Amino acid sequence: MEDLMVGINLLAILYISWFVDWALKQKKSKAWLFSGLVLIMLAVLITLPYYGPTYSYIMLTGILMYLILTVSWSIFSGPTGYISLAPAAFFGVGIYTSAILGKEFPVLIVVLFGGLLSVALAAFVGAITLRLRGIYFIVFTFGLVLLIISVLLWYEIKFTGTRGRFIVAAENDMIYYIMLGIMVLLFITGYLIKRSKYGLALQTIGQNEEAAAHMGINVNAVKIAVFAITSIFMGMAGAIMAMRWTYLDPYSAFDVFRSFLPVLMAIFGGMKRFYGPVLGAVILAFLEEKLLTEFPYYYKLSFGIVLILVIIYLPDGLVGLVEKFTRRIQGVKRAGA
Amino acid sequence: MERFLDVTVAGLMLGGLYALIAMGMSLQYGVARVFNIAHGEFIMLGAMTTYTLFTVFHVSPLLAVAICGPLAFVLGYVIHRLMFRKLQISAPSQGVFESSSMLASFGLMFVIQNLALLIWGPEIRQYSYMTQTFSILGAQFGLRRLVTLVFAVGIGAVFYLFLARTRIGKAIRAAGQDASIAGLMGVNINWVLALCFGLGAAMAGAAGVLISMCYPDSAIMGQEYLTVAIIVVVLGGLGSIPGSFIGGFALGIIGSIVAFWDTGLVMAAFYAIFVILLLVRPKGILGK
Amino acid sequence: MRVLEGEKVTKYFGGLAAVSEVDFYVEQGEILGLIGPNGAGKTTLFNLISAALVPKPGTIKFKGVNITGFKPYKICRMGVARTFQTAKIFANLSVFENVKVGSFFGTGTSVSAAESARVAQEQLEFVGLAGVSRVPARDLTLSHQKRLEVARALATQPELLLLDEMMAGLNQTEVAESMELIKRIRAKGITIVMIEHVMKAIMNVCDRIIVLHHGKKIAEGTPTEIVNSPTVIEVYLGEKSDAGS
Repeated sequence: MEDLMVGINLLAILYISWFVDWALKQKKSKAWLFSGLVLIMLAVLITLPYYGPTYSYIMLTGILMYLILTVSWSIFSGPTGYISLAPAAFFGVGIYTSAILGKEFPVLIVVLFGGLLSVALAAFVGAITLRLRGIYFIVFTFGLVLLIISVLLWYEIKFTGTRGRFIVAAENDMIYYIMLGIMVLLFITGYLIKRSKYGLALQTIGQNEEAAAHMGINVNAVKIAVFAITSIFMGMAGAIMAMRWTYLDPYSAFDVFRSFLPVLMAIFGGMKRFYGPVLGAVILAFLEEKLLTEFPYYYKLSFGIVLILVIIYLPDGLVGLVEKFTRRIQGVKRAGA
Repeated sequence: MERFLDVTVAGLMLGGLYALIAMGMSLQYGVARVFNIAHGEFIMLGAMTTYTLFTVFHVSPLLAVAICGPLAFVLGYVIHRLMFRKLQISAPSQGVFESSSMLASFGLMFVIQNLALLIWGPEIRQYSYMTQTFSILGAQFGLRRLVTLVFAVGIGAVFYLFLARTRIGKAIRAAGQDASIAGLMGVNINWVLALCFGLGAAMAGAAGVLISMCYPDSAIMGQEYLTVAIIVVVLGGLGSIPGSFIGGFALGIIGSIVAFWDTGLVMAAFYAIFVILLLVRPKGILGK
Repeated sequence: MRVLEGEKVTKYFGGLAAVSEVDFYVEQGEILGLIGPNGAGKTTLFNLISAALVPKPGTIKFKGVNITGFKPYKICRMGVARTFQTAKIFANLSVFENVKVGSFFGTGTSVSAAESARVAQEQLEFVGLAGVSRVPARDLTLSHQKRLEVARALATQPELLLLDEMMAGLNQTEVAESMELIKRIRAKGITIVMIEHVMKAIMNVCDRIIVLHHGKKIAEGTPTEIVNSPTVIEVYLGEKSDAGS
């Protein structure tokens, strides 16, 4: 029964993301984001704590976490091809912001600060590495998580004497609402970026960066700006999710697996359409939540295998499958007619 | 004086290990064009297998080098044939192949790591072997550290000779310059690429065996060594094997000096070097 | 007025000078040809002008302003556009979107989406590709891809256009059409510098020609002067190029 509630809400999210994708394809930019059905879907999502059991919106919060990481990752890394392995770092920054500021400031301020600190880190990382070849960027972002862990450990041992901190907790439904809010903001931001000329610029950077630079695009500025903007959502999500886990230490706050999952989910879902990463996140996060407690190593193992299989056999992800399928149907229709 | 010798020997030994690991990774990226994020896991496999061989079967770690090295080679070779070859065939461009092979290796890392967690669990393991010390000029040295250093440098030297003097070595160097042309010149390029990948894995495995002699190990130890390997490879110059050799020793000595000050800051120091490198000379020491 | 000036422009790759102490200038409205055997440094010189590379030493001035060391996007916005020897189109975007990139970002002024689309359409019609504007760029023939590059460059509203081997790989008819296009571009008031191997095009279209060899300028003059220059003949005698006269 609870899973049914979760399932319905997941479908609602999927519909919204499909709608964003559809809106992106329309010729004129109409701010139709609030067309009727979308509003209904949003209402379904917002009211979940009222009609659904606690378990259902707790689970949905967990899925939203991965969804936010995945979608914000794909807004930058999808079109440009610069694979960022930093989501875990930005998410962790958000968590630590919560730990440090949570006692003194109201929740929303803490969340905002989580986002701001992430931007600062992202701008710094981007400024150093984005002007170089893609591989330096990937490699730097990968090591970033490990670096932060080792620095934090050193700091905590040296100065505070203890490892780990306690966090002020928040109500589950408050956490859910804020995550939902972050998701909505993310979708709007993603839509605006892709719709604008910068969406086009990102694609050109991915396809032929040298030509893009020669056509008047300040490629460094665009890369750094979009990379930094997308990190905001990761940091904000970290800040609010921290209030669910009351204790943290560097290893639990910064986990490389949280960089791995967004990549897997985005590729699995398919990056050619806006709803692709959402689809991938929804499916795999649901599985993850189910399997996490019972088979921790097995599910990570199988996710690793899934990534390898998807990269080799299904590089366009589920979206690619869907498109192949629809094209075949259209072909059959044409042949039959 | 005593401390100086201690730091130097530790630095050289660490350097030898780093050089070995980095040369393996450089071989995989420089020739097979696979940036192997799972490289650290081969090191871990070497270390953990040695632990089991020693504690359960009482096999000497030095013998384990001769076992784990070839085993890692076979594993690497097979993985290349099964996974990366397929990617190479289907990739529309070199750039796409490099990023998808890297992502695939990312998946591979999680597969190997979690298999290891299932086999050995997350606990930290260590065994005692060759714990005798000896003294030079009044300072005490662990025998096993010296042996590790000798082995690491030895394997590196053998590898260098192999590259420089044998026919296969020439084929490898040619493939590293331009794989398609080398193929046209009669080099069986698919075999060479898989060979290089396997050799890189073998070097990682051997390094893992040596590491297990001196340091504690766990199923998750791979990531840290991977990060160091990446920094060394960039320091030495992406794609340059001699560069990785030099960079490894450089970083080993620097790491030893920093550890003498404060062991917790070693990673931070390496990363600081990485940042400076990217800002000032991304090509590295011997990069093209 | 000299639209483009280069003084002692030099570029070393390792120990080799790809371009060595080249002085050049381009008058407004003229068509300057840049020829020389393969490896002479022609594309490197283009790369130095379009700021893909930085001359060391040497200076380059555009309309009197020293642009040495500027970033490529800045130079584009100032009014210098170029095509590439290997057509660097945006393969997965449509023909129309390719050109829109130029009109959106390259003009140096802020442009609305509607305006940018209009300019893109205009340029596509100018080069004759309006019929394939929805096609993904990777599906075009080589000659059309080259034309697309020209449209994209023109969409940035340049005053100076650098054409890098626009005719390479084209058949006789296509070459004639390209020559026609170049003349129409000049008629719009745009100054052109072109690298070419196809002698027929160079001789017919250019007002002046510069000859490079081993990175050095070895001759400069009108087409007739160049054709009769003993230095140039000597340099080209060893070359079996497609001097299809």
